[in-house]
Amino acid sequence: MLITITLNGKKITEEVTADSLLIDFVRHHKCFSVKRGCETSNCGLCTVLLDGKPVLSCSLLTCRVNGHSVQTLEGLQEEAKEFVGFIANQGAEQCGFCNPGMVVNTIALLREYPDPSDEDIRQFLSGNLCRCSGYESQLRGIRAYLDFRKGDAA
Amino acid sequence: MLTIRKYVMAESLSQAYDLYQNKNNTIIGGMLWLKMQDRTVDTAIDLSNLGLNTIEETENTYEIGAMVTLRDLELHSGLNTLTGNAFTACVKPIVGVQFRNLATVGGSVYGRYGFSDLLTLLLAMNADVVLYKNGIVNIHDFVKMPYTRDIVVKVIVSKNNGNVYYTSFRNTKTDFPVLTCCVYHHDNHTGACIGARPGKALDFVMNEEETVTDYANRIHESCPFGSNMRSSASYRGKLCRNLTEYAIRQLQKGESSC
Ligand SMILES: Cc1cc2nc3c(=O)[nH]c(=O)nc-3n(C[C@H](O)[C@H](O)[C@H](O)COP(=O)(O)OP(=O)(O)OC[C@H]3O[C@@H](n4cnc5c(N)ncnc54)[C@H](O)[C@@H]3O)c2cc1C
Ligand code: FES
Ligand code: FES
Repeated sequence: MLITITLNGKKITEEVTADSLLIDFVRHHKCFSVKRGCETSNCGLCTVLLDGKPVLSCSLLTCRVNGHSVQTLEGLQEEAKEFVGFIANQGAEQCGFCNPGMVVNTIALLREYPDPSDEDIRQFLSGNLCRCSGYESQLRGIRAYLDFRKGDAA
Repeated sequence: MLTIRKYVMAESLSQAYDLYQNKNNTIIGGMLWLKMQDRTVDTAIDLSNLGLNTIEETENTYEIGAMVTLRDLELHSGLNTLTGNAFTACVKPIVGVQFRNLATVGGSVYGRYGFSDLLTLLLAMNADVVLYKNGIVNIHDFVKMPYTRDIVVKVIVSKNNGNVYYTSFRNTKTDFPVLTCCVYHHDNHTGACIGARPGKALDFVMNEEETVTDYANRIHESCPFGSNMRSSASYRGKLCRNLTEYAIRQLQKGESSC
Protein backbone atom coordinates (compact mmCIF):
# COMPACT_ATOMS: atom_id res chain seq x y z
CA MET A 1 0.00 0.00 0.00
CA LEU A 2 1.23 3.53 -0.77
CA ILE A 3 1.31 5.61 2.40
CA THR A 4 2.38 9.10 3.38
CA ILE A 5 3.67 9.68 6.91
CA THR A 6 5.18 12.82 8.38
CA LEU A 7 8.19 11.50 10.29
CA ASN A 8 9.90 14.08 12.50
CA GLY A 9 8.48 16.85 10.33
CA LYS A 10 9.48 15.30 7.00
CA LYS A 11 6.83 13.91 4.64
CA ILE A 12 7.64 10.41 3.41
CA THR A 13 5.64 8.65 0.72
CA GLU A 14 6.44 5.01 0.31
CA GLU A 15 5.08 1.61 -0.60
CA VAL A 16 4.82 -0.65 2.51
CA THR A 17 3.63 -4.24 2.99
CA ALA A 18 0.31 -4.92 4.75
CA ASP A 19 2.03 -6.18 7.91
CA SER A 20 4.83 -3.62 8.10
CA LEU A 21 5.08 -2.38 11.70
CA LEU A 22 5.74 1.25 12.50
CA ILE A 23 8.90 0.35 14.47
CA ASP A 24 10.45 -1.18 11.33
CA PHE A 25 9.36 1.76 9.20
CA VAL A 26 10.97 4.37 11.48
CA ARG A 27 14.15 2.31 11.90
CA HIS A 28 14.32 1.92 8.11
CA HIS A 29 14.33 5.72 8.06
CA LYS A 30 17.32 5.75 10.41
CA CYS A 31 15.46 6.51 13.63
CA PHE A 32 17.57 4.01 15.55
CA SER A 33 16.61 5.42 18.95
CA VAL A 34 13.44 3.31 18.62
CA LYS A 35 14.21 -0.13 20.05
CA ARG A 36 12.48 -3.49 20.12
CA GLY A 37 12.67 -4.93 23.62
CA CYS A 38 9.87 -7.50 23.72
CA GLU A 39 7.37 -9.29 21.52
CA THR A 40 4.46 -8.72 23.88
CA SER A 41 3.64 -4.98 23.84
CA ASN A 42 4.96 -4.75 27.37
CA CYS A 43 8.27 -2.89 27.62
CA GLY A 44 7.74 0.60 26.15
CA LEU A 45 11.17 0.68 24.46
CA CYS A 46 9.53 1.33 21.11
CA THR A 47 7.54 4.40 22.27
CA VAL A 48 6.95 7.12 19.64
CA LEU A 49 4.48 9.99 19.51
CA LEU A 50 1.63 9.54 17.05
CA ASP A 51 -0.06 12.91 16.49
CA GLY A 52 1.44 13.85 19.86
CA LYS A 53 0.25 10.79 21.79
CA PRO A 54 2.65 8.12 23.07
CA VAL A 55 2.07 4.72 21.44
CA LEU A 56 3.93 1.43 21.01
CA SER A 57 5.38 1.44 17.51
CA CYS A 58 6.00 -2.34 17.71
CA SER A 59 2.25 -2.95 17.82
CA LEU A 60 1.01 -0.55 15.19
CA LEU A 61 0.61 -1.24 11.49
CA THR A 62 2.38 1.32 9.32
CA CYS A 63 -0.67 1.32 7.01
CA ARG A 64 -2.86 2.59 9.87
CA VAL A 65 -0.54 5.56 10.35
CA ASN A 66 -1.10 6.73 6.76
CA GLY A 67 -1.76 10.49 6.77
CA HIS A 68 -0.54 10.96 10.36
CA SER A 69 2.48 12.46 12.04
CA VAL A 70 5.09 10.45 13.97
CA GLN A 71 7.87 11.77 16.19
CA THR A 72 10.77 9.76 17.55
CA LEU A 73 13.48 10.93 19.92
CA GLU A 74 15.47 12.08 16.85
CA GLY A 75 12.76 14.71 16.23
CA LEU A 76 12.31 15.68 19.89
CA GLN A 77 15.88 16.66 20.72
CA GLU A 78 15.09 20.20 21.88
CA GLU A 79 12.47 19.10 24.39
CA ALA A 80 14.58 16.16 25.58
CA LYS A 81 17.69 18.30 26.05
CA GLU A 82 16.03 20.21 28.87
CA PHE A 83 15.78 17.27 31.26
CA VAL A 84 17.90 14.27 30.19
CA GLY A 85 20.98 15.59 32.01
CA PHE A 86 19.05 15.56 35.30
CA ILE A 87 18.14 11.91 34.75
CA ALA A 88 21.70 10.92 33.88
CA ASN A 89 23.02 12.80 36.94
CA GLN A 90 20.98 10.49 39.16
CA GLY A 91 22.58 7.39 37.66
CA ALA A 92 19.35 6.38 35.95
CA GLU A 93 21.06 5.71 32.65
CA GLN A 94 22.96 2.49 33.02
CA CYS A 95 22.90 0.25 29.96
CA GLY A 96 20.73 3.00 28.41
CA PHE A 97 18.64 0.64 26.31
CA CYS A 98 15.31 1.74 27.81
CA ASN A 99 16.28 5.37 27.74
CA PRO A 100 14.89 6.65 24.39
CA GLY A 101 11.42 5.17 25.05
CA MET A 102 11.41 6.55 28.57
CA VAL A 103 12.51 10.02 27.41
CA VAL A 104 9.82 10.15 24.69
CA ASN A 105 7.18 9.13 27.23
CA THR A 106 8.48 11.69 29.73
CA ILE A 107 8.00 14.35 27.05
CA ALA A 108 4.39 13.18 26.69
CA LEU A 109 4.01 13.22 30.49
CA LEU A 110 5.32 16.78 30.84
CA ARG A 111 3.10 18.02 28.02
CA GLU A 112 0.03 16.50 29.68
CA TYR A 113 0.94 17.23 33.33
CA PRO A 114 3.21 20.31 33.47
CA ASP A 115 3.52 19.93 37.27
CA PRO A 116 3.15 16.20 37.96
CA SER A 117 3.16 14.60 41.42
CA ASP A 118 5.50 11.66 42.07
CA GLU A 119 2.48 9.37 41.75
CA ASP A 120 1.60 10.96 38.34
CA ILE A 121 5.17 10.32 37.17
CA ARG A 122 5.22 6.71 38.40
CA GLN A 123 1.83 6.04 36.86
CA PHE A 124 2.60 7.65 33.48
CA LEU A 125 5.96 5.90 33.13
CA SER A 126 4.77 2.51 34.43
CA GLY A 127 4.78 1.12 30.88
CA ASN A 128 8.51 1.83 30.45
CA LEU A 129 10.37 -1.14 31.84
CA CYS A 130 13.96 -0.72 32.97
CA ARG A 131 16.05 -3.65 34.07
CA CYS A 132 18.92 -1.62 35.52
CA SER A 133 17.82 1.46 37.42
CA GLY A 134 15.07 0.25 39.75
CA TYR A 135 13.09 3.36 38.67
CA GLU A 136 13.87 5.46 41.75
CA SER A 137 16.76 7.24 40.06
CA GLN A 138 14.57 8.07 37.05
CA LEU A 139 11.99 9.54 39.41
CA ARG A 140 14.67 11.52 41.28
CA GLY A 141 16.00 12.87 37.97
CA ILE A 142 12.59 14.08 36.77
CA ARG A 143 11.87 15.55 40.23
CA ALA A 144 15.24 17.36 40.17
CA TYR A 145 14.42 18.81 36.75
CA LEU A 146 10.96 19.96 37.89
CA ASP A 147 12.44 21.58 41.02
CA PHE A 148 15.07 23.30 38.88
CA ARG A 149 12.39 24.56 36.49
CA LYS A 150 10.30 25.90 39.37
CA GLY A 151 13.35 27.62 40.84
CA ASP A 152 14.11 29.13 37.46
CA ALA A 153 10.55 30.45 37.12
CA ALA A 154 10.63 32.02 40.61
CA MET B 1 4.24 -14.03 14.50
CA LEU B 2 1.26 -12.32 12.90
CA THR B 3 1.46 -12.24 9.12
CA ILE B 4 -0.99 -10.09 7.18
CA ARG B 5 -1.31 -10.39 3.41
CA LYS B 6 -3.66 -7.50 2.68
CA TYR B 7 -4.79 -4.42 4.60
CA VAL B 8 -8.15 -2.69 4.06
CA MET B 9 -9.24 0.53 5.72
CA ALA B 10 -12.99 -0.16 5.79
CA GLU B 11 -15.19 2.52 4.26
CA SER B 12 -18.41 1.26 5.84
CA LEU B 13 -19.53 -1.25 8.43
CA SER B 14 -21.27 -3.28 5.73
CA GLN B 15 -18.02 -3.55 3.77
CA ALA B 16 -16.18 -4.57 6.95
CA TYR B 17 -18.85 -7.13 7.79
CA ASP B 18 -18.84 -8.66 4.29
CA LEU B 19 -15.05 -8.97 4.32
CA TYR B 20 -15.15 -10.47 7.82
CA GLN B 21 -17.38 -13.35 6.65
CA ASN B 22 -14.31 -14.93 5.06
CA LYS B 23 -12.73 -16.88 7.92
CA ASN B 24 -9.21 -16.01 6.77
CA ASN B 25 -9.89 -12.30 7.32
CA THR B 26 -9.99 -10.50 10.63
CA ILE B 27 -11.00 -7.23 12.26
CA ILE B 28 -8.18 -5.33 13.92
CA GLY B 29 -8.82 -3.19 16.97
CA GLY B 30 -5.68 -2.12 18.80
CA MET B 31 -4.03 -5.31 17.46
CA LEU B 32 -2.28 -5.88 20.79
CA TRP B 33 -3.87 -9.23 21.47
CA LEU B 34 -3.86 -10.29 17.84
CA LYS B 35 -0.16 -9.58 17.61
CA MET B 36 0.57 -12.16 20.29
CA GLN B 37 -0.82 -14.88 18.01
CA ASP B 38 1.07 -17.00 15.55
CA ARG B 39 -1.19 -16.86 12.50
CA THR B 40 -1.58 -15.67 8.96
CA VAL B 41 -4.43 -13.30 8.17
CA ASP B 42 -5.51 -12.86 4.60
CA THR B 43 -7.11 -9.41 4.98
CA ALA B 44 -6.82 -7.20 8.05
CA ILE B 45 -9.93 -5.03 8.28
CA ASP B 46 -9.29 -1.69 9.95
CA LEU B 47 -12.30 0.10 11.52
CA SER B 48 -10.38 3.31 12.28
CA ASN B 49 -12.17 5.49 9.73
CA LEU B 50 -15.77 4.67 10.66
CA GLY B 51 -16.24 7.25 13.40
CA LEU B 52 -16.28 4.56 16.11
CA ASN B 53 -13.73 6.38 18.26
CA THR B 54 -16.17 8.62 20.12
CA ILE B 55 -18.04 8.52 23.43
CA GLU B 56 -21.50 10.04 22.90
CA GLU B 57 -23.63 11.21 25.80
CA THR B 58 -27.42 10.88 25.47
CA GLU B 59 -30.08 11.78 28.05
CA ASN B 60 -29.84 8.39 29.78
CA THR B 61 -26.69 6.74 28.49
CA TYR B 62 -23.12 6.91 27.32
CA GLU B 63 -22.48 5.20 23.98
CA ILE B 64 -18.87 4.07 23.72
CA GLY B 65 -17.65 3.35 20.16
CA ALA B 66 -15.69 0.16 19.49
CA MET B 67 -12.53 2.05 18.51
CA VAL B 68 -12.48 4.16 21.68
CA THR B 69 -9.22 3.39 23.46
CA LEU B 70 -8.75 2.32 27.06
CA ARG B 71 -6.93 5.61 27.62
CA ASP B 72 -10.04 7.49 26.41
CA LEU B 73 -12.08 5.65 29.07
CA GLU B 74 -9.49 6.51 31.71
CA LEU B 75 -9.65 10.23 30.97
CA HIS B 76 -13.36 10.65 30.18
CA SER B 77 -14.81 13.01 32.76
CA GLY B 78 -18.48 12.08 32.19
CA LEU B 79 -17.95 8.33 32.61
CA ASN B 80 -15.70 8.84 35.63
CA THR B 81 -18.03 11.30 37.34
CA LEU B 82 -20.90 8.86 36.82
CA THR B 83 -18.98 5.90 38.26
CA GLY B 84 -16.81 7.44 40.99
CA ASN B 85 -13.70 6.98 38.82
CA ALA B 86 -14.37 3.28 38.28
CA PHE B 87 -13.32 3.52 34.61
CA THR B 88 -9.98 5.03 35.60
CA ALA B 89 -9.42 2.47 38.36
CA CYS B 90 -10.33 -0.33 35.97
CA VAL B 91 -7.98 0.46 33.08
CA LYS B 92 -5.13 2.37 34.76
CA PRO B 93 -3.19 -0.77 35.78
CA ILE B 94 -3.24 -2.17 32.22
CA VAL B 95 0.39 -2.14 30.99
CA GLY B 96 1.09 1.56 30.34
CA VAL B 97 -0.17 4.78 28.76
CA GLN B 98 1.33 3.88 25.35
CA PHE B 99 -0.49 0.55 25.41
CA ARG B 100 -3.81 2.06 26.51
CA ASN B 101 -3.59 4.64 23.71
CA LEU B 102 -3.88 1.68 21.31
CA ALA B 103 -6.03 -1.00 23.02
CA THR B 104 -9.69 -0.65 22.06
CA VAL B 105 -13.04 -1.23 23.74
CA GLY B 106 -14.16 -3.37 20.75
CA GLY B 107 -11.15 -5.70 20.98
CA SER B 108 -11.48 -5.96 24.76
CA VAL B 109 -15.20 -6.70 24.69
CA TYR B 110 -15.17 -9.05 21.67
CA GLY B 111 -12.39 -11.11 23.27
CA ARG B 112 -14.40 -11.77 26.48
CA TYR B 113 -11.11 -12.58 28.18
CA GLY B 114 -11.19 -14.20 31.60
CA PHE B 115 -8.63 -11.71 32.93
CA SER B 116 -10.47 -8.68 31.57
CA ASP B 117 -10.72 -5.68 33.86
CA LEU B 118 -13.10 -3.93 31.49
CA LEU B 119 -15.45 -6.89 31.13
CA THR B 120 -15.77 -7.04 34.93
CA LEU B 121 -16.82 -3.38 35.08
CA LEU B 122 -19.18 -3.57 32.10
CA LEU B 123 -20.90 -6.63 33.60
CA ALA B 124 -21.36 -4.79 36.89
CA MET B 125 -22.89 -1.87 34.97
CA ASN B 126 -25.19 -4.27 33.07
CA ALA B 127 -24.02 -2.71 29.78
CA ASP B 128 -25.42 -3.47 26.33
CA VAL B 129 -23.22 -4.49 23.41
CA VAL B 130 -24.33 -3.32 19.97
CA LEU B 131 -23.43 -5.78 17.22
CA TYR B 132 -23.65 -4.89 13.55
CA LYS B 133 -25.87 -7.84 12.54
CA ASN B 134 -27.26 -9.09 15.85
CA GLY B 135 -28.24 -5.67 17.21
CA ILE B 136 -28.36 -4.93 20.94
CA VAL B 137 -27.30 -7.79 23.22
CA ASN B 138 -27.04 -7.50 26.99
CA ILE B 139 -23.44 -8.10 28.07
CA HIS B 140 -24.47 -10.96 30.39
CA ASP B 141 -25.83 -12.77 27.32
CA PHE B 142 -22.95 -11.64 25.13
CA VAL B 143 -20.32 -13.32 27.33
CA LYS B 144 -22.13 -16.63 26.87
CA MET B 145 -22.48 -16.29 23.09
CA PRO B 146 -20.17 -18.19 20.74
CA TYR B 147 -17.51 -16.18 18.89
CA THR B 148 -19.48 -15.36 15.73
CA ARG B 149 -18.19 -13.19 12.89
CA ASP B 150 -20.19 -10.15 13.92
CA ILE B 151 -18.74 -6.70 14.59
CA VAL B 152 -18.91 -4.92 17.95
CA VAL B 153 -20.05 -1.41 16.99
CA LYS B 154 -20.44 0.14 20.42
CA VAL B 155 -21.15 -0.48 24.09
CA ILE B 156 -23.95 1.36 25.89
CA VAL B 157 -23.88 2.07 29.62
CA SER B 158 -26.90 3.45 31.43
CA LYS B 159 -26.59 6.53 33.62
CA ASN B 160 -28.76 4.68 36.17
CA ASN B 161 -26.09 2.02 36.65
CA GLY B 162 -23.15 4.18 37.68
CA ASN B 163 -23.18 3.30 41.39
CA VAL B 164 -20.17 0.96 41.29
CA TYR B 165 -16.85 0.45 43.05
CA TYR B 166 -13.97 -1.15 41.15
CA THR B 167 -10.89 -2.83 42.55
CA SER B 168 -8.38 -5.42 41.40
CA PHE B 169 -5.34 -7.18 42.78
CA ARG B 170 -2.04 -7.69 40.94
CA ASN B 171 1.16 -9.37 42.07
CA THR B 172 3.07 -6.57 40.44
CA LYS B 173 1.96 -3.30 38.87
CA THR B 174 0.99 -3.55 35.18
CA ASP B 175 0.79 -7.38 35.27
CA PHE B 176 -2.42 -9.23 34.47
CA PRO B 177 -4.77 -9.20 37.47
CA VAL B 178 -4.91 -12.06 39.99
CA LEU B 179 -8.52 -11.05 40.67
CA THR B 180 -10.90 -8.31 39.57
CA CYS B 181 -13.89 -7.22 41.62
CA CYS B 182 -16.57 -4.69 40.78
CA VAL B 183 -19.48 -4.21 43.16
CA TYR B 184 -22.66 -2.34 42.27
CA HIS B 185 -25.96 -1.15 43.59
CA HIS B 186 -28.64 -0.50 41.00
CA ASP B 187 -32.08 -1.77 39.94
CA ASN B 188 -32.78 -2.29 43.68
CA HIS B 189 -30.07 -4.82 44.25
CA THR B 190 -26.46 -5.04 45.28
CA GLY B 191 -24.02 -7.43 43.68
CA ALA B 192 -20.43 -8.20 42.78
CA CYS B 193 -18.81 -9.24 39.52
CA ILE B 194 -15.68 -11.29 40.07
CA GLY B 195 -13.21 -11.78 37.21
CA ALA B 196 -9.74 -13.20 36.53
CA ARG B 197 -10.84 -16.24 38.61
CA PRO B 198 -8.97 -16.86 36.19
CA GLY B 199 -12.12 -17.54 34.12
CA LYS B 200 -14.56 -14.92 32.82
CA ALA B 201 -16.21 -12.65 35.36
CA LEU B 202 -19.31 -13.97 37.13
CA ASP B 203 -22.09 -11.96 38.77
CA PHE B 204 -23.25 -12.66 42.35
CA VAL B 205 -26.35 -10.90 43.65
CA MET B 206 -26.53 -10.13 47.38
CA ASN B 207 -29.60 -11.40 49.27
CA GLU B 208 -31.57 -8.78 51.15
CA GLU B 209 -31.20 -10.52 54.54
CA GLU B 210 -27.44 -11.13 54.14
CA THR B 211 -24.80 -9.16 56.04
CA VAL B 212 -21.83 -7.91 54.00
CA THR B 213 -19.55 -10.44 55.71
CA ASP B 214 -21.93 -13.36 55.09
CA TYR B 215 -22.25 -12.30 51.46
CA ALA B 216 -18.48 -12.13 50.97
CA ASN B 217 -18.13 -15.55 52.63
CA ARG B 218 -20.82 -17.00 50.37
CA ILE B 219 -19.02 -15.80 47.21
CA HIS B 220 -15.77 -17.22 48.58
CA GLU B 221 -17.46 -20.61 48.99
CA SER B 222 -19.57 -20.71 45.83
CA CYS B 223 -17.48 -18.94 43.18
CA PRO B 224 -15.37 -21.33 41.08
CA PHE B 225 -11.69 -20.37 41.26
CA GLY B 226 -8.77 -21.90 39.39
CA SER B 227 -5.00 -21.90 39.72
CA ASN B 228 -2.49 -20.53 37.24
CA MET B 229 1.02 -19.08 37.31
CA ARG B 230 -0.25 -15.95 39.11
CA SER B 231 -2.09 -17.55 42.00
CA SER B 232 -3.60 -20.69 43.46
CA ALA B 233 -7.37 -21.17 43.57
CA SER B 234 -7.32 -21.05 47.34
CA TYR B 235 -5.47 -17.71 47.43
CA ARG B 236 -7.91 -16.28 44.89
CA GLY B 237 -10.82 -17.37 47.09
CA LYS B 238 -9.47 -15.62 50.17
CA LEU B 239 -8.61 -12.53 48.15
CA CYS B 240 -12.11 -12.51 46.71
CA ARG B 241 -13.73 -12.60 50.14
CA ASN B 242 -11.64 -9.68 51.36
CA LEU B 243 -11.90 -7.56 48.21
CA THR B 244 -15.67 -8.06 48.02
CA GLU B 245 -16.25 -7.08 51.64
CA TYR B 246 -13.93 -4.07 51.31
CA ALA B 247 -15.48 -2.94 48.01
CA ILE B 248 -19.08 -3.20 49.30
CA ARG B 249 -18.19 -1.15 52.37
CA GLN B 250 -16.50 1.45 50.15
CA LEU B 251 -19.59 1.57 47.94
CA GLN B 252 -21.85 1.98 50.96
CA LYS B 253 -19.71 4.89 52.19
CA GLY B 254 -19.90 6.51 48.73
CA GLU B 255 -16.13 6.32 48.20
CA SER B 256 -14.56 6.72 44.74
CA SER B 257 -12.66 3.80 43.23
CA CYS B 258 -9.53 5.97 42.99
C1 LIG C 1 0.74 -7.73 27.17
C2 LIG C 1 -0.72 -7.53 27.42
C3 LIG C 1 -1.17 -7.26 28.72
C4 LIG C 1 -2.53 -7.09 28.96
N1 LIG C 1 -2.95 -6.85 30.24
C5 LIG C 1 -4.27 -6.71 30.50
C6 LIG C 1 -4.75 -6.48 31.83
O1 LIG C 1 -4.00 -6.41 32.79
N2 LIG C 1 -6.08 -6.33 32.01
C7 LIG C 1 -6.97 -6.39 30.95
O2 LIG C 1 -8.15 -6.24 31.18
N3 LIG C 1 -6.54 -6.59 29.70
C8 LIG C 1 -5.22 -6.77 29.46
N4 LIG C 1 -4.82 -7.02 28.17
C9 LIG C 1 -5.83 -7.07 27.09
C10 LIG C 1 -5.98 -5.71 26.45
O3 LIG C 1 -6.44 -4.76 27.41
C11 LIG C 1 -7.02 -5.73 25.32
O4 LIG C 1 -8.22 -6.17 25.82
C12 LIG C 1 -6.63 -6.62 24.21
O5 LIG C 1 -5.35 -6.25 23.75
C13 LIG C 1 -7.64 -6.56 23.06
O6 LIG C 1 -7.80 -5.25 22.60
P1 LIG C 1 -7.22 -4.80 21.18
O7 LIG C 1 -7.84 -3.49 20.85
O8 LIG C 1 -5.76 -4.89 21.18
O9 LIG C 1 -7.87 -5.93 20.25
P2 LIG C 1 -7.26 -6.74 19.00
O10 LIG C 1 -6.01 -7.47 19.39
O11 LIG C 1 -7.19 -5.86 17.80
O12 LIG C 1 -8.44 -7.75 18.79
C14 LIG C 1 -8.75 -8.78 19.71
C15 LIG C 1 -9.85 -9.66 19.08
O13 LIG C 1 -11.05 -8.91 18.95
C16 LIG C 1 -11.44 -8.83 17.58
N5 LIG C 1 -11.99 -7.49 17.39
C17 LIG C 1 -11.37 -6.30 17.61
N6 LIG C 1 -12.23 -5.28 17.46
C18 LIG C 1 -13.43 -5.84 17.13
C19 LIG C 1 -14.72 -5.32 16.85
N7 LIG C 1 -14.98 -4.02 16.88
N8 LIG C 1 -15.71 -6.20 16.55
C20 LIG C 1 -15.47 -7.54 16.52
N9 LIG C 1 -14.27 -8.08 16.76
C21 LIG C 1 -13.27 -7.25 17.08
C22 LIG C 1 -10.21 -9.14 16.77
O14 LIG C 1 -10.52 -9.68 15.49
C23 LIG C 1 -9.51 -10.15 17.68
O15 LIG C 1 -10.07 -11.41 17.52
C24 LIG C 1 -3.47 -7.20 27.89
C25 LIG C 1 -3.01 -7.46 26.59
C26 LIG C 1 -1.67 -7.62 26.34
C27 LIG C 1 -1.23 -7.89 24.93
S1 FES D 1 9.06 -3.47 21.84
FE1 FES D 1 8.31 -3.91 23.84
S2 FES D 1 6.48 -2.73 23.88
FE2 FES D 1 7.21 -2.38 21.88
S1 FES E 1 19.14 1.54 31.98
FE1 FES E 1 19.34 -0.53 31.36
S2 FES E 1 17.25 -1.10 30.96
FE2 FES E 1 17.06 0.86 31.77
